[in-house]
Amino acid sequence: MVAEKERLEREVVAMRVAKELPDGGYVNLGIGIPTLVSNFIADESVVFYHSESGVLNCGPLAEEDEQDIDLINAGGQFLQPVDGMAFFNTVDAFAMIRGGHVDVTVLGAHQVSARGDLANWMLPERGVGNIGGAMDLAAGARQVIVAMEHTDRQNRPKIVEDCTYPITGKGCVSLIVTDLAVLQPTPEGLVLKEVAPGWSAAEVQELTDARLIIAPDLKEYEL
Amino acid sequence: MKNKIYQSFDAAMADVADGSVFMSPGFGGVGIPRNLLAALHRQGARDLTGVSNNTGTLDEKVDVGTLIAAGQVKKMYAAFTAPTHPSQVTPFVQMYNNDEIDAELVPQGTMAERIRAAASGIGAFYTPASVGTELAEGKEHREINGRTYVLEYPIHADYALVRAWRADTFGNLQFRMAARNFNPIMAMAARITVAEVEEEIVPAGELDPDKIHVPGVYVDRLVQIPPDGIWD
Repeated sequence: MVAEKERLEREVVAMRVAKELPDGGYVNLGIGIPTLVSNFIADESVVFYHSESGVLNCGPLAEEDEQDIDLINAGGQFLQPVDGMAFFNTVDAFAMIRGGHVDVTVLGAHQVSARGDLANWMLPERGVGNIGGAMDLAAGARQVIVAMEHTDRQNRPKIVEDCTYPITGKGCVSLIVTDLAVLQPTPEGLVLKEVAPGWSAAEVQELTDARLIIAPDLKEYEL
Repeated sequence: MKNKIYQSFDAAMADVADGSVFMSPGFGGVGIPRNLLAALHRQGARDLTGVSNNTGTLDEKVDVGTLIAAGQVKKMYAAFTAPTHPSQVTPFVQMYNNDEIDAELVPQGTMAERIRAAASGIGAFYTPASVGTELAEGKEHREINGRTYVLEYPIHADYALVRAWRADTFGNLQFRMAARNFNPIMAMAARITVAEVEEEIVPAGELDPDKIHVPGVYVDRLVQIPPDGIWD
C-alpha cells in the first residue's frame, strides 16, 4: 500500500530545503522540520538567521551548562553567543519581516493549497490558535518555503485543492518540500517537480488532495 | 522633581484601578516583569485588559497567566492563545472555552506596530499581514501600489509593566539581548510606565547616552528588584 511505503527522514527534508537558501541570505526558520535546516548549510555558505525574539545571526543552540537566560530564539531555545549578532525590539524584528528584508522563511504547515495558500496557525477543533509571527512572515518574507510531512498523523493529505483550516496567508507559498516530493504552487495549479527515491508521480498523487501537474523535467529528489 | 524610584512593587502598583488596560512584555520566557505582575496580582484589581505576546504558560512562574487564573482579566490581546501542545490546557484556554474571558488574537508584528502607533501618536496604519485571513474580515482594506493592506488601530494602555536590565534615576532604560522584545515599545505606549530593574539603579549620568534603549521621558516609576525578588 502506498501509505505504508517508506518516506524520507525529517533530516533529509531539511537537507533539501537547505539547498534553497542563498549564500549571504537572511533567513527565518519556523519550528519543527524548519529548525533542522540550519544543520545542513554548505560549508562555504553563510546564512544569517533572523528570529522574532529580536536576534539576528542566531548561531547554534547553547549547551545546558552554558545557557544565558536572556539569549533565546523564537522557539524559546537558548542560543550560543556568536560574533556579529545584533539584538533589537519586536517592532524592528517585524520591520525586517514586513519590509521585505528577510529573504526566505521556512515554515511548517497544517495545510497548503495548490495555489500556495498557507494554513498553519489553527486547528479548528482546538478553539484557540497561535499566530505568533506567522501572518507577518507569510505577508512579508520575500520567499515562503513550507517544509512538512506530506500527510498528517491520520495519513490525510496536507496538500489540498483549497485549505479547510483557517489560513495564515493567501498565495504566499512558493515551494513545498515534503518527505515525498518537492512541489511548486503556481496560478495554474500545483507542479510536481521532484519525487522521493522509489516513489512515482502517481503514488505521490494518491496522497495529495490537489491535482498535480507533472513537471516536464520531473526529477528524483536532489540533495 | 518627583522621585521616580518606588520602594516596593506593591507601592508602584497600588493605584491600578479596576478596568485598567495593562501591557506586559516578554517573549519565550525572557523580559517578563514578573515582580510587578506578582504585585498586581496581590493588589487584586479586576476587569483588567491585558496586552501580551501570550496568555500565560503552564510553568510555576508568575506571568500574565497568573492574573488570568485569578479572574482579574476580562480581555486579552495576544499573538499566542494556545499552549504549545494540545494536551496542555492553561487557565486561559479553560476560561476562553467557558466564555469567561474575551480575547483578540493579533499577529505578533501587527501587535508590535499597534503598540508603536499608540506610543507615537499615529491614528491607524495599513499592513499586509493577515490580508485574506479571517482576522482581516470586517476591517477596512485598501489597495496601495497594487498591494492590498488592512487597516489596524493603535493599542493604548493605562499601565506598562516592563523589565529592564539597567536604569538610571531619570528613568533611562537598557535591556539585555532577547529580553528587550516588547519592553521598549510597551514602555513608550502606556500612560504610566513602571519598570522593574535588575541591576542597581544608578545616578543619572552613569549610563552611556548612546546606549539608552528607552529614554526616561517614557518612564514614570522604577523599582529595584531586591535579592529575594523574582530573578528568572
